[in-house]
Amino acid sequence: MLKITDLQKTFNAGTVNAKTALDGVNLELCDGDFVTVIGGNGAGKSTLLNAIAGVWKPDYGSIVIDGVDVTNMPEHKRARFLGRVFQDPMKGTSPDMEIAENLAIASKRGIKRRFVRGVKKADRENYRELLASLELGLEDRLSTKVGLLSGGQRQAVTLLMATMNRPKLLLLDEHTAALDPKTAAKVLELTDQIVNKYRLTTLMITHNMKDAIAHGNRLIMMHEGNILIDVSGEEKKNLTVAQLLNLFNQASGGGAVSDRMVLN
Amino acid sequence: MAFLYALPGAVAEGLIWGLMGMGVYISYKILDIADLTVDGSICTGACVCAVLLGLGVPVWISVLAALLAGALAGVVTGLLHTALGIPSILAGILTQLILYSVNLSILGGKSLVAVNPRASNLWVHMSDNPMSILSMLFMVTVVIIALWQFFYTEIGLTLKSTGDNPDMSRAQGVNVKLNKVVGLAIANALVALAGAMLAQYKGSANINDGRGAIVIGLAAIFIGLSVSLKIKPNFVVSLIGVLGGGITYYIVYNFVILLGLKTDYLKMLSAIIVAIFLAVPYLKGEYFTKHKSLHPRNAAEGGGSHA
Repeated sequence: MLKITDLQKTFNAGTVNAKTALDGVNLELCDGDFVTVIGGNGAGKSTLLNAIAGVWKPDYGSIVIDGVDVTNMPEHKRARFLGRVFQDPMKGTSPDMEIAENLAIASKRGIKRRFVRGVKKADRENYRELLASLELGLEDRLSTKVGLLSGGQRQAVTLLMATMNRPKLLLLDEHTAALDPKTAAKVLELTDQIVNKYRLTTLMITHNMKDAIAHGNRLIMMHEGNILIDVSGEEKKNLTVAQLLNLFNQASGGGAVSDRMVLN
Repeated sequence: MAFLYALPGAVAEGLIWGLMGMGVYISYKILDIADLTVDGSICTGACVCAVLLGLGVPVWISVLAALLAGALAGVVTGLLHTALGIPSILAGILTQLILYSVNLSILGGKSLVAVNPRASNLWVHMSDNPMSILSMLFMVTVVIIALWQFFYTEIGLTLKSTGDNPDMSRAQGVNVKLNKVVGLAIANALVALAGAMLAQYKGSANINDGRGAIVIGLAAIFIGLSVSLKIKPNFVVSLIGVLGGGITYYIVYNFVILLGLKTDYLKMLSAIIVAIFLAVPYLKGEYFTKHKSLHPRNAAEGGGSHA
């Protein structure tokens, strides 16, 4: 489903601020894989997701999604393969537009947009059902401007928008990090539900080791622009946070675990 | 009394500037771009229309040509911004400067080209304000309905989201760059359309027409939205509000002239009006929001004790 080969990216190349964010990453995801990604700050997790999404072009390497080489495809074009939820709840929705209008825009991702009414009556029924599945009471607020919703509600709507077209690959960039613990748990639960329902191939970045272990069927840990640990199946299921830290210390040569990871 | 005599003219001219304000609304409010192309493209609209009318071209073709010229100006700004990476405000200034030369050459090197109101069958002219008002009302109704229909299509919705949240738009497969070019083309087409009507109304096109037009457009938007947002914050009501803002602006403008203000100061007055409308929401938030302390004890001490 996703095949990344020798992906490299250096920011501010040729200056004193040069920072190698991706140092030859190789990664292959099978159909239906739900992979959690952990790693310290600056490990290259978000850089990897942004590279896949096409926010900028990599210096070297290739990205193939569903058999299509997207390495040089602009961001808006490869969006047809992808569903994305950002860390910032404000980033995934259009605040000055109605919930229904936001969903309408998402429903046409990867499909030719036409000069016909964007939100039709039948669509509203469909959106109502989708929103009801969130159990946040948003199904009766189709005409509400998204900017009036809370961060958690907006993130849930973004999740819906990212998945309603069944993307080939779902990219979640710490999408619960900016939410309060209770809302974060709710959004994570919704994520599990939706991913399982459509059997979506998913890459989910998280700072929370427990979440990384509890969700998905595979876990990768990044460090200094590379994938250090890659566990899946039974081995991942039986993992504990202590074991994970231990694995990480061995693999990285010790001492590189960030404060934030330990605290989580 | 003199004011009442001036009123129909103010309304007619206000409708024309309100039409331009709707163009500015699209770039400034929907695309979130302060597009300075406007000062040039309104003049381009006036020049194209006046020169074509002088050549004996029918009014509707002259007006259509002006509209297309404005759209082209918008495309130039859009491409400078999206394809060449020039900040939008600078891209607008560059196009504005380009248009000054273009407009001069359209006018054949003269600074003014007159339209013969008798020879051409003009849609609007200052000698017949009731007809002008009717024509303009018809035109703005058509424009509002067209924009309303367009901005609620699948494609139109992505134009709104492009200005509202470009990150989200790209993630949803929207070509943000293309949308900005299209949006600027629509905006400047409307502005040039207003320019064409202005040339007919005044009976001439002047190379200095449109200087400060962006400011008048913004004034129309601020005046209009300050009312219409309180009624119903939707697209059509906003457009009607902008139109009302344009009319209000011209009524005030005429009133001020009648009060005896030297016309030399009118541009300054326009700028001051816009500055006030931009400053009021900021000042309200900055200085006039009462700080409500959660702790009664602090509030009793006067709230500012921590400063």
